[in-house]
Amino acid sequence: MISITVNGERRQFNGPLNCAELLARLELAGKRVALERNGEIVPRSLFPQQSVDEGDTLEIVVAVGGG
Amino acid sequence: MKPHENLDPLVIAGKSYASRLLVGTGKYQDFAETKAAVEASGAQIVTVAIRRTNIGQNPNEPSLLEAIPPSKFTLLPNTAGCYTAEDAVRTLRLARELLDGHDLVKLEVLGDPKSLYPNVVETLGAAKTLVKDGFKVMVYTSDDPIIAKQLEEIGCVAVMPLASLIGSGMGILNPWNLQIIIENARVPVLVDAGVGTASDAAIAMELGCDGVLMNTAIAAARNPVLMASAMKKAIEAGREAFLAGRMPKKLYSATPSSPTGGLINPAKPA
Repeated sequence: MISITVNGERRQFNGPLNCAELLARLELAGKRVALERNGEIVPRSLFPQQSVDEGDTLEIVVAVGGG
Repeated sequence: MKPHENLDPLVIAGKSYASRLLVGTGKYQDFAETKAAVEASGAQIVTVAIRRTNIGQNPNEPSLLEAIPPSKFTLLPNTAGCYTAEDAVRTLRLARELLDGHDLVKLEVLGDPKSLYPNVVETLGAAKTLVKDGFKVMVYTSDDPIIAKQLEEIGCVAVMPLASLIGSGMGILNPWNLQIIIENARVPVLVDAGVGTASDAAIAMELGCDGVLMNTAIAAARNPVLMASAMKKAIEAGREAFLAGRMPKKLYSATPSSPTGGLINPAKPA
């Protein structure tokens, strides 16, 4: 099990895990999102390669209504 | 210029836009209303906010970008809710990734949650970082002409002073400052925030603003779609009046519009 923080929430997942797999487990596969891992942007094209490791802090964002 | 000929585009960062009205997408009842209002406004540049997604709690949540597709509109991601330069920069880097490298952004760094007044010190810092990082920055700021000029000198592609507080609908509170900013600027000046109704938008354009960005004035109207249509006309009317050049005001100096001669019974002033 790896323990990570996603959008401010502690979550546990069976590892190993990459960003694409994480998004699938969060039911976000195929959705337009941007992802930051430990303060660094992970380009969408690298989601399948970038591992998610114990203690990582991730931010996953979308566009919402705003002025 | 003949009316309704698009010889007068708004040019931002080298790109031309026929509409001088920019609209936000917040505070609508649902995405259907957002879409209808945005379409009625005729806006081509549409702001969006960047927020954490739900993480599995609501997998069928509709997406704003389905209602307002990036293929049809120039999306302008904002940094609403950011109180530091660092948070604003981070948010816009995420936005650029989200929107496939799109680099036209709206920077706003707030100073106080009650007034939502901009923190211009943090704004200047964030603008420097973003410009260096290749962003095309349209920047929300106070109506301070010195700060507006500094933001231009940093390399912002448009300066967007407030007319009054965000979401207040108080209208143009300091036309004099806006006029100084407009006279000094070599980049487009857009009023961002404070417009309450169509006449406010027309006044901003008559002052010589290059455009107006608004959200609440449309979204919080009793009939948002109708107000969006009114705003479109107000922006066009204000722009045409500005280009046409208004007549001078003549206090205590009435001049009749009709011929003074040829009256059937010429009256003698008493």
